[in-house]
Amino acid sequence: MASYGLCPSIKNILLLDSEGKRVAVKYYSDDWPTNNSKLAFEKFVFTKTAKTNARAEADITLLENNVIIYKFVQDLHFFVTGGDDENELILASVLQGFFDAVTLLLRNNVEKREALENLDLILLCLDEIVDGGMILETNGPLIAEKVTSHSLDADAPLSEQTLTQAWATAREHLTRTLLK
Amino acid sequence: MAQPLVKKDDDRDDEAEYSPFLGIEKGAVLQEARVFNDPQLDARRCSQVITKLLYLLNQGESFTKVEATEVFFSVTKLFQSRDLGLRRMVYLIIKELSPSADEVIIVTSSLMKDMNSKTDMYRANAIRVLCRITDGTLLTQIERYLKQAIVDKNPVVASAALVSGIHLLQTNPEIVKRWSNEVQEAVQSRAALVQFHALALLHQIRQNDRLAVSKLVTSLTRGTVRSPLAQCLLIRYTSQVIRESGNNAQSGDRPFYDFLESCLRHKSEMVIFEAAKAITELSGVTSRELTPAITVLQLFLSSSKPVLRFAAVRTLNKVAMTHPMAVTNCNIDMESLISDQNRSIATLAITTLLKTGNESSVDRLMKQITNFMSDIADEFKIVVVEAIRSLCLKFPLKYRSLMNFLSNILREEGGFDYKKAIVDSIVILIRDIPDAKESGLLHLCEFIEDCEFTYLSTQILHFLGVEGPKTSDPSKYIRYIYNRVHLENATVRASAVSTLAKFGAAVDELKPRIFVLLRRCLFDNDDEVRDRATLYLNTLGGDGAVVETDKDVKDFLFGSFDIPLANLETSLKNYEPSEEPFDIISVPKEVKSQPLAEKKAPGKKPTGLGAPASGPSSTADAYERLLLSIPEFANLGKLFKSSAPVELTEAETEYAVNVVKHIFDRHVVFQYNCTNTIPEQLLEDVIVLVDASEAEEFSELFSKPLRSLPYDSPGQTFVAFEKPEGLPTVGKFSNILKFIVKEVDPTTGETEDDGVEDEYQLEDLEVVAADYILKVGVSNFRNAWESLGPDSEKVDEYGLGPRESLAEAVNTVINLLGMQPCEGTEVVPPNSRSHTCLLSGVFIGNVKVLVRLSFGLDGPKDVAMKLSVRSEDENVSDAIHEIVASG
Repeated sequence: MASYGLCPSIKNILLLDSEGKRVAVKYYSDDWPTNNSKLAFEKFVFTKTAKTNARAEADITLLENNVIIYKFVQDLHFFVTGGDDENELILASVLQGFFDAVTLLLRNNVEKREALENLDLILLCLDEIVDGGMILETNGPLIAEKVTSHSLDADAPLSEQTLTQAWATAREHLTRTLLK
Repeated sequence: MAQPLVKKDDDRDDEAEYSPFLGIEKGAVLQEARVFNDPQLDARRCSQVITKLLYLLNQGESFTKVEATEVFFSVTKLFQSRDLGLRRMVYLIIKELSPSADEVIIVTSSLMKDMNSKTDMYRANAIRVLCRITDGTLLTQIERYLKQAIVDKNPVVASAALVSGIHLLQTNPEIVKRWSNEVQEAVQSRAALVQFHALALLHQIRQNDRLAVSKLVTSLTRGTVRSPLAQCLLIRYTSQVIRESGNNAQSGDRPFYDFLESCLRHKSEMVIFEAAKAITELSGVTSRELTPAITVLQLFLSSSKPVLRFAAVRTLNKVAMTHPMAVTNCNIDMESLISDQNRSIATLAITTLLKTGNESSVDRLMKQITNFMSDIADEFKIVVVEAIRSLCLKFPLKYRSLMNFLSNILREEGGFDYKKAIVDSIVILIRDIPDAKESGLLHLCEFIEDCEFTYLSTQILHFLGVEGPKTSDPSKYIRYIYNRVHLENATVRASAVSTLAKFGAAVDELKPRIFVLLRRCLFDNDDEVRDRATLYLNTLGGDGAVVETDKDVKDFLFGSFDIPLANLETSLKNYEPSEEPFDIISVPKEVKSQPLAEKKAPGKKPTGLGAPASGPSSTADAYERLLLSIPEFANLGKLFKSSAPVELTEAETEYAVNVVKHIFDRHVVFQYNCTNTIPEQLLEDVIVLVDASEAEEFSELFSKPLRSLPYDSPGQTFVAFEKPEGLPTVGKFSNILKFIVKEVDPTTGETEDDGVEDEYQLEDLEVVAADYILKVGVSNFRNAWESLGPDSEKVDEYGLGPRESLAEAVNTVINLLGMQPCEGTEVVPPNSRSHTCLLSGVFIGNVKVLVRLSFGLDGPKDVAMKLSVRSEDENVSDAIHEIVASG
């Protein structure tokens, strides 16, 4: 990741399980060049935070000159890492966006099994939140919508269109009900 | 919150139910990827396979080049499908595979088609994918579409294009800079995130143009920025402008301060915090400016959100370093944070309180800190330790409780950096607070009893060696130090030996016991430890006699090592094993920025050795080194004496030459230091022709020309003569400087190829008897005089004729003899009628000579002198008389 001047930047987003194993992770910074260094970082962060209670509110810590904001739900641990100097509240908004979107996408069943079964959605979700370290979107419902919204493709054949449409509408409907 | 804890691998089947990816294998998935090639695409199936591939990549599995290429090619087939979900997955995996340039071409047309699709989602994603994998050449083709996309009415498309622009600016700045009109338009977008991305890109396009950035900030701070993220960016840019506008704000009206202050009332906490932080980081911020920022941060301290509390307390902590008074208002809120569940927040609160607190609250704070030290990370512990150190220096009376705290945490578990911070703190406290010394040293002693860090052990041992002997009871440290010799690795053992030696050197009562300990170290199985023990036993006189430690030894043990280690290393590397022992004095002391270029010919060293001596011993060493570096002179034996430079030219002539006479036992070497003062000339093959016809006993041995003498860079040429061994042979030499002149163009530095031979007459040079006498002083002239005995004494009287004064006469004789005046007798008291001068020296052949001169004024100006000489050799005594008689 190159430096983007004064722009807030995200170093990584991690979704780990309750044993610290990867569910889905995305690194945007070169701070951890190899898979082993990434795994070491994940293990370190997981063990340092595992004992804390970050369930009701997102919690925060400073590890190895990185600010890490995290939140746990069921057997899932959400982390967002930023540089030492980053505005903590911006990082928190990214975590909140990620968490909200995942909650919507998993229809409130925020747990490891559900996450793995919908891994495609989780990965798309990560892709829609941050692009190469730059924050793309922090609004959870919007992110979820971008992941699921399959607005009509005019070129698509009718049969396929209706199917897609039906699927999309169903998704949207669910999303709406969950939002309430 | 109750939640089912995941049970650890109760059962294999359980686990299988758990993960849809259980037992997943790269090879199998790659096989499955063949479905991409089916003529009848099953979109759902394909999506699943891509998800599996992504899962593998996400778990850290890597594909070989061949595998990645194969997957990439089959994935490109999936562009045929119109399934939206599948297309999203295709985009995702193309980004993950990061294809090579030649592969990118395959998908370019498909992606460009998607970029122009009516589907917003296609457009946005295709832009991001294409910009991620593309290189500069392709960029010009799609530039038009990207410009359109930036101002697309769909915010997702616009953001995609803008963010891609931010990435591309790093690699293709000249292209992205052409988009600024579109970007500027996007800044006005109603969509929050588009505004944020556009602002970020616009600023980066203009970041090197201060004026443009300043204008941008000025116009935006007046307008309305909708997105909190964009507002945060604007705050950052504003503080940058403030920083760069410098110190024109002494009046107190800082430009843009009002804007920052107004942001403190923004509805988004993110913006409020960014503004508060920006204000606290203003250079030379006044307390009036700080107050509103501190107030909002104080409100954050009691927030229910840990992130807010953390952000606020961290910022206040930083403020407390520079403006502790401004933060004291928050002390009550801070104190309630000491028990915060989040240990990071608690630590920051404590350290802030330590910085702002007063003497009476110290003990209470220490108690609270002790409670939570064990459950915070090392980084925070270091912060606490540093805060305590500064607190202790602030309130020296409280050193006892603070020192106790430090020693307690020193005993607990911790990493190197943490332990080092504690040890450094204790060392500083010992230095700065005399009362804390004894207890601090004992804490350190206890620490090294069980210290796993070699570096820290050696540092502490060194420190003990310096400070320990100065305490009231040095003996109590010995046990701790000697224990190291038993229990530690070789490095620590070696330092322990050094420390023991320091105690021995500084404390005489301990000496016998130290010797016993050092002698035991002689049997250590490590070379360094044995060497050190042997060395110290010898220097301290460990052969039984307990004598007072020499000053030299103390210097050796306690003195600072003033030779740059790099120089020592170079010298040691250059040293070749020979009869000649390595001499540390020969190591140059000046710190060189770069190592001496070894290819440089020794004769051309531009060190200006010919310059008048700065200090006699150092120049002598320098001469010796210089001569030794020339192979021809290596076999001349030991240099006996080098004279002071004698000028052979008038001042300010074309060529400045002086000569240094180097006297050896059987040889004399003349070192001609030549300087070319004409910028238009380069001299080559410079040599001095010496006519020794008036010095019959000398015969020329060889000469060493100077290959080239550029303008203003001194060089040396040498001529060597043989002479009768050990005798003070004198003679007169006439000199002609001979060289080839080449014209130089001083502007370009170019040299013409053809040169002209030329000569230059130098003044004559004499070798006199004084050249054979070394100035060597004696500490007690009377003792030395008596010890030589009267047998060798030669006495005679001389009339020196009319002199200006008695002092002038004394000086003349001293210079004539070239001997060292002793006991300050070279100074003649004013108006005295008579004076006695004592001289000592060493004559060539290492013969000690002492001279007693008695001067008396005979009549108004005539000076008479009685010369008494004693030496180890009668002939030498006669020689001295001869010198005076002929002078």
